[in-house]
Amino acid sequence: MSATLHSASGPAKDMRVAAALGRRRRHVSTAVKAACYAATGVGLLLLLSILGTLFWNGFSALNLKVFTEVTRPPGSEGGLLNAILGSLIQTAIGTAIGTPIGLMVGTYLAEYSKNSPLANAVRFVSDILLSAPSILIGLFVYQILVVPFGGFSGWAGSVALAIIVIPIVVRTTEDMLRLLPDTLREAVIGLGAPKWKMITLVCWRAAASGIVTGVLLAVARVAGETAPLLFTSLGNLNWSLSLSAPMSSLPITIFAYAGSPYQDWIALAWAGALIITLGVLGLNIAARSLLRRK
Amino acid sequence: MQQAATFSAQTAPPPPHELRRGKSSGALGDAIFAAACRSAGVLVLLLLGAIILELFLGGLQAFRTFGPAFVTSTEWDPVQEVFGAGVSIYGTLVTAVLALVMAVPLAFGIAFYLTELAPPWLRRPVGTAVELLAAVPSIIYGMWGFFLIVPFMSTTVQPFVIDTLGTLPVLENLFAGPPFGTGIFTAALILAIMILPFIAATMRDVFETVPPVFKESAYGLGCTQWEVVRSVVLPYTRVSVVGGIMLGLGRALGETMAVTFVIGNANRISASLFGPGNTIASVVALEFGEAELGSLKLSALLGLGFILFVISFIVLAASRFLLRQRLKA
Repeated sequence: MSATLHSASGPAKDMRVAAALGRRRRHVSTAVKAACYAATGVGLLLLLSILGTLFWNGFSALNLKVFTEVTRPPGSEGGLLNAILGSLIQTAIGTAIGTPIGLMVGTYLAEYSKNSPLANAVRFVSDILLSAPSILIGLFVYQILVVPFGGFSGWAGSVALAIIVIPIVVRTTEDMLRLLPDTLREAVIGLGAPKWKMITLVCWRAAASGIVTGVLLAVARVAGETAPLLFTSLGNLNWSLSLSAPMSSLPITIFAYAGSPYQDWIALAWAGALIITLGVLGLNIAARSLLRRK
Repeated sequence: MQQAATFSAQTAPPPPHELRRGKSSGALGDAIFAAACRSAGVLVLLLLGAIILELFLGGLQAFRTFGPAFVTSTEWDPVQEVFGAGVSIYGTLVTAVLALVMAVPLAFGIAFYLTELAPPWLRRPVGTAVELLAAVPSIIYGMWGFFLIVPFMSTTVQPFVIDTLGTLPVLENLFAGPPFGTGIFTAALILAIMILPFIAATMRDVFETVPPVFKESAYGLGCTQWEVVRSVVLPYTRVSVVGGIMLGLGRALGETMAVTFVIGNANRISASLFGPGNTIASVVALEFGEAELGSLKLSALLGLGFILFVISFIVLAASRFLLRQRLKA
């Protein structure tokens, strides 16, 4: 009897301990959660700080001359026209070269050979290229295009950007094609269409919004790339739209101007930085909404 | 009705020779298209091979001249034509690892918030904001760091740290030196901010692969949210989380523009975190313009590129191996 009583008084004590333990567990959880809220706050604050700095410094330097005048020596009211055009041209050519190749590779991986050794090797290499340091791609193109053909050129810059475009398009194309149901393919083949027609007329079309998203993301990525252009198109402070000569680009001009001691050049660098960031973020948002609407 | 009639007329069996011709042109088209796709795939393989080969061949002259000492030597003297990669390899590794130390806890916090804590209507906007942070070009991070973080470091953070921690016996060396604002620590800080969204987004994707039943069972036992993440989510996703961190490391190793702006660019290994240094990428970016075609210096820079490629390749390959099990089903 007394033993039962004794054991009955045991849990009462344990309850106090359990309550204390529970409080402690809740406190630990609250503390960790608070830290996570803080971490997210820091992340958002960083984005706001970057955008805020850009708007603050960029808008005050932004005027019509930025878009209508070419780069000039410090003190003589220049703009960024040649840099903007150079960036557009090289990005366009890079995307035009890289997209078809990336599309074909992605199609190969998704439609022709899902798990063969060759396909696995291609997928592995493409993933490595996706994250490889872009400066090394610049060095590579310097070796294969700049040295043999005797000089820096817009072509070399475009090719360097194309190499960066390829793995991005490969990844999205493969992912998007894989999302298509096999019944779709079977229906097309069942109608007697050859496989290449199935892919080009049905699969690509069905996955079009996803593939376009990939291309937009690739454009956004290469438009801001600086390092691969340093050794390929070099940058050019004079007016030149020749693809066989050194070509100006927005990121390179920003790099050169931001590090200069001249206030008007630094202001122009901020204006360029604002233009490029708005363009890149705008492309990203466009790509995302395109994918979400699907 | 009319359409249906046309349709049935079209699908009437063609004469045998028509059928054969149609079939063979389809087969030819298929063969060409398949070959085109496969050769594009092979082209990507060759591309990586060519990058490795070209960087190695470019660096061969430097490797031959200096031998294994090229990797270990800390001397970089363009005038005497003596080149060693030691300092920049050290700077590359130290800044990348420091950046990871700063970025990983923050990234974990954001991923935890996005998968467990945030109300559903907030998840997408906050997630998108984090992904936009990843999309900002690195030159912008460089400018932002150079004009905003560097002055802040030199006027506020560094004097404070030097006055407090810098007076302690052991930490003294770690925080010694004048507060220039630039240096190894600032570079690591900018790198941390740059790789933060990559790691956070990967961690979030990985956390979302945990079957809800697992988490619900733990909640049913009375676990707190932190206990669920610590005892269910993290053990389940451990391998992939490490893969995501490696991916961030791979990005940090090769980052060029942002680092070039803020690291101070001096070829020495200083014990102080506030001291200037360089990384492989920053040396290549800055000194390339002064290297003449065919010179030993150009070869040394390409050799540096080869070393960076080898380091990144190992890290990225490891990251992909660890991530594949979870994300690439």
